Amino acid sequence: MAYPYSHPSEVRILSKYFGDPEARTLKGWEARGGYQGLRKALGMERGDVVNEVKTSGLRGRGGAGFPTGVKWSFMPKDSGKPHFLLCNADESEPGTFKDRELMRWTPHQLIEGCLIGAYAIQASHAYIYIRGEFFEPAQILARAIEEAYAAGYAGKDVIGSGVTLDITLHLGAGAYICGEETGLMNSLEGRRGEPRVKPPFPAVSGAFAKPTTINNVETLCTVPHILTNGGAWYRQWGTEKSTGTKLFCVSGHIARPGNYEMPLGFNFKEFLYDVCGGIPNDRKLKAVIPGGSSVPIMAADEIDVPMDYEGFVAAGTMLGAGSVIVMDETTDIIRQVGRMVDFYSHESCGQCTPCREGTTWASKIYRRIRAGFGTEDDLQTLLDISDNMTGKTICVLSDSCAAPIVSSIQKFRDEYLAVVERSEPVVAEIA
Amino acid sequence: MADETKNPETVTVTIDGVQIEVPKGTTILDAAARVGVDVLHYCYHEGLSAPAQCRMCLVEVEKAPKLMPACVTTVADGNVILTQSEKALKSREGTLEFYLVNHPLDCPVCDQSGECKLQDYVSEEGRAMGRLREPKRVFGRDDFGGDVLYEGDRCIMCTRCVRFMREVAQDERLSIVSRGSRNVIDTFFDEGLGGNIWADNVIDICPVGALVSKDFLHKARAWDLDRVPSVCPNCSQGCNITLQTRDNEVMRLKPRPNEEVNSFWMCDYGRLNYSWINRKGRIEAPLVREGGRMVPMSWSDTLLRLAEAAKVASGGVRAVVSPFLSNEDLGAARRLVDALGGGEGVYRSAKGEEVVLPGFPALALREDRAANVKGAELFGFTRTGDGAGKGGLEVAGAHGGVLVVVGDDLEDAPADFGAGAGLFVYVGHVLSPAARNAHFVLPATTFAEMEGTFTNVNYRVQRFWPALQVPGMARPTWQVLGVLLAGLLGGAVPATPEQAFEGLAELRAEFSGIRYADLGAHGRPLPQLGQLAEAAGD
Repeated sequence: MAYPYSHPSEVRILSKYFGDPEARTLKGWEARGGYQGLRKALGMERGDVVNEVKTSGLRGRGGAGFPTGVKWSFMPKDSGKPHFLLCNADESEPGTFKDRELMRWTPHQLIEGCLIGAYAIQASHAYIYIRGEFFEPAQILARAIEEAYAAGYAGKDVIGSGVTLDITLHLGAGAYICGEETGLMNSLEGRRGEPRVKPPFPAVSGAFAKPTTINNVETLCTVPHILTNGGAWYRQWGTEKSTGTKLFCVSGHIARPGNYEMPLGFNFKEFLYDVCGGIPNDRKLKAVIPGGSSVPIMAADEIDVPMDYEGFVAAGTMLGAGSVIVMDETTDIIRQVGRMVDFYSHESCGQCTPCREGTTWASKIYRRIRAGFGTEDDLQTLLDISDNMTGKTICVLSDSCAAPIVSSIQKFRDEYLAVVERSEPVVAEIA
Repeated sequence: MADETKNPETVTVTIDGVQIEVPKGTTILDAAARVGVDVLHYCYHEGLSAPAQCRMCLVEVEKAPKLMPACVTTVADGNVILTQSEKALKSREGTLEFYLVNHPLDCPVCDQSGECKLQDYVSEEGRAMGRLREPKRVFGRDDFGGDVLYEGDRCIMCTRCVRFMREVAQDERLSIVSRGSRNVIDTFFDEGLGGNIWADNVIDICPVGALVSKDFLHKARAWDLDRVPSVCPNCSQGCNITLQTRDNEVMRLKPRPNEEVNSFWMCDYGRLNYSWINRKGRIEAPLVREGGRMVPMSWSDTLLRLAEAAKVASGGVRAVVSPFLSNEDLGAARRLVDALGGGEGVYRSAKGEEVVLPGFPALALREDRAANVKGAELFGFTRTGDGAGKGGLEVAGAHGGVLVVVGDDLEDAPADFGAGAGLFVYVGHVLSPAARNAHFVLPATTFAEMEGTFTNVNYRVQRFWPALQVPGMARPTWQVLGVLLAGLLGGAVPATPEQAFEGLAELRAEFSGIRYADLGAHGRPLPQLGQLAEAAGD
């Protein structure tokens, strides 16, 4: 059952049952091999579960790419305090829609991953913090959690193991910043969603000031497969440092937009032109954002790189959440970047001054340039604002705002100059 | 430094080229302060938690990939910290430019002007010219209730006020509302800050002119104010304060930090209750009754006549003193009562509900709403009158012998108070109807016009200094009575407040334990009694 299109180059592990409504139910999921990973994990020492994930080389799929097993091993042993596993399902990065599909089609995959993760880090409670706008996935997940409790996969004495694993779904209220891990913790605790100063790191003092591990939906969805098949099995795809498969969300000027599960290290150019069908309407590619709005923009001539953490870094950008936004030659780069800057300005929590004021000021400058009142000095001002809000704040929201500004001015300077040099300002546009 | 000499409890760091050894866990900001380096900051305040969000205190730490917030980063051994490096300066210049993006720059009409950290830092390290060409966002003004007015456009979102109400007042009446550059501080419900007596502290800690006092609004410019260290006279807590005056008038009271007494705070009752210090219509010359008239006279003539009269007076002494008098004044009043043959002395003090500051429980608005109730008791005066500090004057008012009133204005006394006294001496500030019955009226200074000490509720002796000019010929009570006592008994007249203070040891042995010079600006606990009070408190 293809959803909505499958390419032979894909390796569908997580997305195998996308489009298959029966996989949503507990019975259907069990029939498809579900909860075998959990059974296996509960028969293992907790440390061995962590080691299995370390062996797999799985890296965080939320954007930072930190090795998951290593992150789990940071949790203190026998701290005497309750531990918590948080699942970050606050998928809000513009261009990203992989977690939504994972939760819509395979809720039990995520629940199983959460239960295994919680067991591994000595937590007896896992929270899934889901984005406020995700009504449908939240309803599906809530139903699946009920099923899991009824079947004894969650709650006290999970499938006869004597282990308690509770799982709670928490709906956010609609803020991008609550996808930042410590902002998410504050929001979960009922405070303003403002990122915290680190240290202390979550493994020492996270949610409710207790040792906490936070993982992305896609990361946790991968865990049951690793437990079922072994860490070494997962390494058969991908590269030495970027193992396994990853979902890529492709949107924009592309023939076949959607989610694609690709082995890491696949060629990006081939991916865009072959797997995704290239640019429609016989137009040329102008630029592409490979990892969501927070990463630097790539120009059309920079895309012949491997799709993995290292490959994109070498190309001066990042894999991020694998959110590929494709822009063809008709795209107004200034408008696109201005739109992204508006987003960050709207979503800044406002606690750090460089972010609160910098994102808003930059957004106003973009509007002025587009209204025909730009000057060449504005480009230097924008670069300076970007520099002044990069690496200066508690979290990286303002760094994310700066990335497209800087990369677009570097790579599409002519386009900016053409606009600011337009002779007659159009007064009507700014009214 | 060789390893074997290394103290495991300390680390050695270099800040702007100066090496210093500090205890482990010291923040960069504190360590820098020890070598005299002031790290600029807005959100950090010693009395509050540190959210590290203003991003002004970012400094360069060698080998660290990013600039580090000095307020929350603890120093590690061998750290080389640069507060003036190119990177640190560029960061501060950029951040200051951000602060001005939405700031109205209305310094000419802003009460904070002249004592504003935004003004200070921008003029020190900001850009000469801003690059903003866009319209600023506008919030306008919001009445927060009580004495507090919020000018949202000036706000730099340091959240000190929110944290004060949450952590110190422990009465969360302020919050940030909205998000990003639409952030604004707001109150809940109509009451706002009204009703919380610690609310005005948010005005003090606001580094800019976002929170201003309605009482002080547009009354004076900061640079026109004279500032004198003093002690709040309005309750027996003895909060350390600064009397801020202009043109010989108190404009406002501000708390002065003292970790032993009031931390950085003071209550609104004390802060806003200062108009009596500015009271007009003061007695400006000694007055001696001749027949039915009060005749102004020189101090020497007045005191000579008074000494003569006192020598022949009889019938025992009754005294009424005020708990707003200094220790030295009260000591002199005690000596005078004793010199005239002894007798009963009383004081009157208004009482009210005690209100503790939850985040710093050593500080409370005390029941006794006068600064020196403990001093009055130490020197043998006993409480009379009601909880409003009125009444209780029947016995003294009908006394037929020597009646001495010091500091008490007698405003509520019956018109015939002291009319039957053989000798009625009034040392005070205003000529109330009862005071007009006195044979001798001696004009005295208030605490704001003189130097002296108060003893607070915990027997802590604290100094204050003169902030206002003396009206006319008024003199400190201890000096007036000192001259009189020398006339009666012989001996030396104390020439300075210090000598007057040292003389108190003859009356109360506890005072021999502290020297005036050691009191400094923050006072000392009175030995023995102070320890007794602590033990009783435990």
